Amino acid sequence: MLSILLFTLLTLGGFSLAFLNFRKIYRNICLGKPEGRLDQRWTRLKNMLLVAFGQKKMFSLWKPAVLHLAIYLAFLLTQIELIEIILDGFSHSHRVLAPLLGGFYTFLISAIELLSLFALVATVIFLYRRNILRLSRFQKPEMKGWPSWDANLILIGEILLVLAIFTMNGTDRVLQQVDPQQYQETGFFLVSGWLGPLMFGDYSASSLHLLERGGWWLHYLVVLGFINYLPISKHLHIFLAFPQTWYSKLKPRGEMENMPVVMREARSMLDLPPVPEPASTENESPEFGAKDVFDLPRRVLLGAYSCTECGRCTAVCPANLTGKKLSPRKIMMDIRDRSEEIGRNLDKGKFSVSGYQDGKSLFSYILPEEIHACTTCQACVEACPVLINPMEPILELRRHEILSQSAGPAQWTAMFNSLENNGSVWPMTDARSAWAEKQ
Amino acid sequence: MDMDRIKTVSEYISEGERPEILFWVGCAGSFDPRAQQVSRAFASLMKIAGIRFAILGDEEKCTGDPARRAGNEFLFQLLALQNIETLKNYEITKIVTTCPHCFNTLKNEYPALGGHYEVVHHTVFLNDLLRDGRLKLAGEIPGGALTYHDSCYLGRINGIYEDPREIMKQMNADIREMKRSKAGGLCCGAGGGQMFKEDEAGSKRINLERVEEALSTGAGTIVSNCPFCLTMLTDGVKALDQQEKVMVYDLAELILQQKSP
Repeated sequence: MLSILLFTLLTLGGFSLAFLNFRKIYRNICLGKPEGRLDQRWTRLKNMLLVAFGQKKMFSLWKPAVLHLAIYLAFLLTQIELIEIILDGFSHSHRVLAPLLGGFYTFLISAIELLSLFALVATVIFLYRRNILRLSRFQKPEMKGWPSWDANLILIGEILLVLAIFTMNGTDRVLQQVDPQQYQETGFFLVSGWLGPLMFGDYSASSLHLLERGGWWLHYLVVLGFINYLPISKHLHIFLAFPQTWYSKLKPRGEMENMPVVMREARSMLDLPPVPEPASTENESPEFGAKDVFDLPRRVLLGAYSCTECGRCTAVCPANLTGKKLSPRKIMMDIRDRSEEIGRNLDKGKFSVSGYQDGKSLFSYILPEEIHACTTCQACVEACPVLINPMEPILELRRHEILSQSAGPAQWTAMFNSLENNGSVWPMTDARSAWAEKQ
Repeated sequence: MDMDRIKTVSEYISEGERPEILFWVGCAGSFDPRAQQVSRAFASLMKIAGIRFAILGDEEKCTGDPARRAGNEFLFQLLALQNIETLKNYEITKIVTTCPHCFNTLKNEYPALGGHYEVVHHTVFLNDLLRDGRLKLAGEIPGGALTYHDSCYLGRINGIYEDPREIMKQMNADIREMKRSKAGGLCCGAGGGQMFKEDEAGSKRINLERVEEALSTGAGTIVSNCPFCLTMLTDGVKALDQQEKVMVYDLAELILQQKSP
């Protein structure tokens, strides 16, 4: 059968291409430093279930949360219809699950339709918020050009998908009356049950058949297009939110990552006995802090790929709110862009990972004035619906600037000198207990 | 009231005694004139409550928080390791501090370097004293309404939102929350080393953004729990020329004003 052949070729081609692209993303994330063994698996599981699966953090802003929930649930449930499409495609059957599931099938498809309808409304509202209402978090400088297109393309893709579903089911409903031999009774679907007769009631059998097949193919082509579009889009969060929440840091928020190498050096300078070395988890990098993505933990790169550029972090950043260049979202986007750039160079075979040197670094993307503006208030950390921590790479870049480049704001040098000489942030001549003597 | 001298740990030990808690004063509490007042207010409250506390005096060094957040890990390690040695020598196990930055670093960052202590922020400590009846409040707050500024390092970063609010409720104060409060609180602009350098180029200072929000509540008193917020908010009130109408206090100062005689 021609259609089975075509379907098989498209499926194999589509999924193989997606596999290759996803493998590159995995490779790029692994450019970062490997983590030690993961602890607290139950807490991680809980985080993943609550935050990724349960969308807990989305609900700090309830309006987008409800809209997003509709799309999310529709997406989850539509996978059942997708499975049926794949089964039908390979076996040249029509609605293979209908006779198997009976009344439950009617219920399932009705639920999918209802959610798809909500998702359609949500998608239109999302387009409205981005393009007409022009919410400020979608209009920041880092969103100019491709990132805005990216977001709109995803939303348009979703509309296409929902329209495909309703065309397919609506025409099927009419065909069940016109041609009951070929189109088995499926029961009344909640949306297409009335939409079908309303829209397609007076179409001829042949156009109905054409539309039904059109809807079916369109649904599948959008899906294949979508999984191949994902690797170049900001929409990877639909998969990566799960590992992202799993791998997110469980240490107290207020604790910066310790630097054992520096601690060792400081201990020896103070003539303190050396601490027993933990089994070396990292190959000692010649750089302090982070100059490039190689110096960041994989956790941070996974965060960069999980970011869907919603901008909740930037919307609450005190520096950004008061007109400074720093935008936590841009930091994450820069980390991803840099990883992608390195990935492309590796693909071209120009460089290899060990001793990678292309004359660029994260500092080619991120300006000192951006990293200097952070107040470490962690509003961005609190805001992220998938537990990305944009502050961590900012502080790692600061470490590199100070420890490896001996650069940084001149006034900080004055503060450092005072700390070194007086043990106090200000150069004071008073005794430290002088406050207690005054009245 | 009669204030005996505040003793250092080494003075306690030379008298053959031990303090029950160490008051970690911090750089701001030691040297900044406004924050010194807060140190004195908190010390007075501890004396009233009969707490046998001590300070380290000249043996206390900056915890290293501003150095670490500015990127100078080496300097942080030097300061932190010296402090940890001092605390080890004096066998300190319990610390109270008026600075959320010191609080965070002592509590969350010293353990990785080998320093393990029970660390309490003074607002939590004072709430416990009030709860136990060791401190008592009298009457109502003069000047009416309060608004409370959650510092990042006490609030969002360490999750302490309720203790300070419980204290203010006991003052029968009209507490007017700012729109951005608790986990969504807006920074004063001082953290992460910003206190020690000029702002990066922008359209506005962060403390003005925050003070405008505080003023919009109509409260006559802005309550803080952090010496750096105290500076930032006071500067903001002055910059907006509201210092005649609006006062910025640390919570300890309010309690001292309100304590029952």
